[in-house]
Amino acid sequence: MAIEDVAPARGGGISGAGRGSQESHEAPSPHGSLVDPYVGRYAARAQEMVASEIRALFAVAARPEIVSLAGGMPYITALPLDAVGEMAGQLVADRGAVALQYMSAQGDPGLRECICDVMALEGIRAHPDEVVVTIGSQQALDLITRIFVNPGDVVLAEGPSYVGALGTFASYQANVIHVPMDDDGLIPEALAETLTRLAGQGQPVKFLYTVPSFHNPGGVTLSVERRARVLEICQRAGLLVIEDNPYGLLGFDGEPLRALRADDAHGVVYLGTFSKTIAPGLRVGWALAPPGIRDKLVLAAEAAVLCHSSLAQLMVREYLTGQPWREQVKVFRELYRERRDAMLEALAAVMPDGCRWTRPAGGFYVWLQLPPGLNSKAMLPRAISSRVAYVPGTGFYADGSGAEHLRLSYCFPEPGRIREGVRRLAEVVGTEIELRSTFGAVPAGYRPSGAGPTMLTGPAGSDTQQ
Amino acid sequence: MSDLGHVLILAGGLSAEREVSLRSGSRLRDALREAGVDADIADADAGLIPAITSDPPSAVFPAIHGAYGEDGSIQEVLALLGVPFVGAAAEACRFAFDKPVAKAVAHAAGLATPASVTLPKETFHDLGATAVLERIVATLGLPLFVKPARGGSALGATRVDTAAELPGAMISCFAYGDSALIERCVVGTEIAVGVLDLGEGPQALPAVEIHPLSGGYDYAARYTAGQTRFWTPARLSADEAAAAAAAAVTAHRALGLRDLSRTDLIISGGQVFFLEVNVAPGMTETSTLPMAMEAAGRALGITCRDLLGIAAARGS
Repeated sequence: MAIEDVAPARGGGISGAGRGSQESHEAPSPHGSLVDPYVGRYAARAQEMVASEIRALFAVAARPEIVSLAGGMPYITALPLDAVGEMAGQLVADRGAVALQYMSAQGDPGLRECICDVMALEGIRAHPDEVVVTIGSQQALDLITRIFVNPGDVVLAEGPSYVGALGTFASYQANVIHVPMDDDGLIPEALAETLTRLAGQGQPVKFLYTVPSFHNPGGVTLSVERRARVLEICQRAGLLVIEDNPYGLLGFDGEPLRALRADDAHGVVYLGTFSKTIAPGLRVGWALAPPGIRDKLVLAAEAAVLCHSSLAQLMVREYLTGQPWREQVKVFRELYRERRDAMLEALAAVMPDGCRWTRPAGGFYVWLQLPPGLNSKAMLPRAISSRVAYVPGTGFYADGSGAEHLRLSYCFPEPGRIREGVRRLAEVVGTEIELRSTFGAVPAGYRPSGAGPTMLTGPAGSDTQQ
Repeated sequence: MSDLGHVLILAGGLSAEREVSLRSGSRLRDALREAGVDADIADADAGLIPAITSDPPSAVFPAIHGAYGEDGSIQEVLALLGVPFVGAAAEACRFAFDKPVAKAVAHAAGLATPASVTLPKETFHDLGATAVLERIVATLGLPLFVKPARGGSALGATRVDTAAELPGAMISCFAYGDSALIERCVVGTEIAVGVLDLGEGPQALPAVEIHPLSGGYDYAARYTAGQTRFWTPARLSADEAAAAAAAAVTAHRALGLRDLSRTDLIISGGQVFFLEVNVAPGMTETSTLPMAMEAAGRALGITCRDLLGIAAARGS
């Protein structure tokens, strides 16, 4: 082999692979390089922040060639964008000196009044002073966790639970314990049992995080009867409830459900957002909290961001006072209902035997259970190759379970695309079933769902393909 | 500004390596612009052909990893469009991208490569997976490495230490492709050797030694700074370094590659084993080819500008 096959080195010398064995090569650093010189200095909470195959696959899912049933993007194209644009222009022209200025960390008082009117639709009676405006409800979650949770503290959450909340809890090193759900939402008996067990272990619980209406990712809703029981259990245990209700006004059947907060002003912190009823790009959400918690939230918000976007807050206020926003929410509801129907019909028509899924009465998501032994995470690359995307169930658990589940969203793609996406998914699942039967084994890294939900069907009966 | 004119970097694509490719592409664009080149990024989508035909670039730098980018497809299209591009021509890419084919070519050229078998999923289905896998373990022994026959970034690749892990590894592998390469796992020093041909024949860059802190050079270890320790040049004896350089150049030549490539090797017991070769090597902050260029005193932007110049002069 030719020994002249080496590249010229720095300064014309020979480096590395050396021009033949007689040449000495540049001495490597004794410690090598980790590329990032700050390794070793990061906080423990940054240790888990690493590149992941799943993220890489989602980068592909964002391409228009892929039918993405993965993301939960609201369909903001349905907004009257011209009117909103005109409103924003007028706002800056007329009140720019306020809209572009700093503001109090608690948020614009006028907007907080509007927020109380919005919450009244869910039976909540609240005073604007009790409201703290936040950057989406995600920031409210962050602030709540910041003021309550020390590393290792126990937080209860439904299993599965909203991935963004789990991310926040993880960043504060909370110990998340899941409480199972069924078709009627969180199971009160399981909640009571979990609290008893933890009390027996001497583990105090900081709060229960729950999405009672049109759950993300579960697609189920806590029944009216259970709402009272969950509140009673929490009151008895002195347990704070964090009620996250982004989809409350997006129910497909009748009037909005009564919020947990409507029946307990002292034991519930309510989180709301305009991300689904107006637009997520505004990043305006809020927390409604008892006075002590509210004061801490305001101080925490001030420390985190000084104040929120005045412009975004005043835009939302203008929108709520000057635009027919209730009618617009109705438009969204009808649009999402049509898409939900398209997804449920397509699932019923094409999914292989052994798949089960929930039938959401509102919101954005269907939670699908694969036949036993299949692994939604391991299957995702094949789905992406077949040009359909979903979110593997493991992301919605803090304990590694959820492999047999996946989340499908119907909010963004139009009905025709939803049907095509489900058709592609059914083929992918079919191939995966065949592969599994060939190898008679579960993929590497597979973990059973454990105490995950055993969700059965929606009100319409069996969701298992006949 | 260089006299190269407008060049296009192809990045993105629809494979699982899209994100890595976008990172490679944007780093390459910044480096080229710093070197005075008028460089832009284009994705391989429906807008590409109209963009190239309406405003033909002087040369294209393909930085799409994985299928479509390294299997010769994009190179074939660029040739059809008559646009000069950096790197191997379509046919050579097809051979290089297919790991079993590349191994066979490298072996025929005198390189050692770990013993392996390549089988499509249908074989396991038709003949019975248990019997086939038993035979594989009996023949190749353990540990094994299972990887998609085509693909990169360790996606779908699993090290298997016990026979019980093999079926799961096969399923993970078949999620990324329909054919699996099952290779004897050679334990040794893992290195990557870049090869550049700047007009005077292919020459090896200093070897980069790869030491993932978690043990396996998986996706997280590849693309999270701090998860892998790199030594450039690798901690090899002069003989080993020369043998590794020679092996990379041999693979580059035997596979008929052009301009640049990166060969992944294992050095075990003083012997160099060929694993695979990449025709559109990663250019991210944690990729080994730019590290090797830097160790050789070559700036990424200037080197890639020179490669584009060579491609432009070569023509389509």
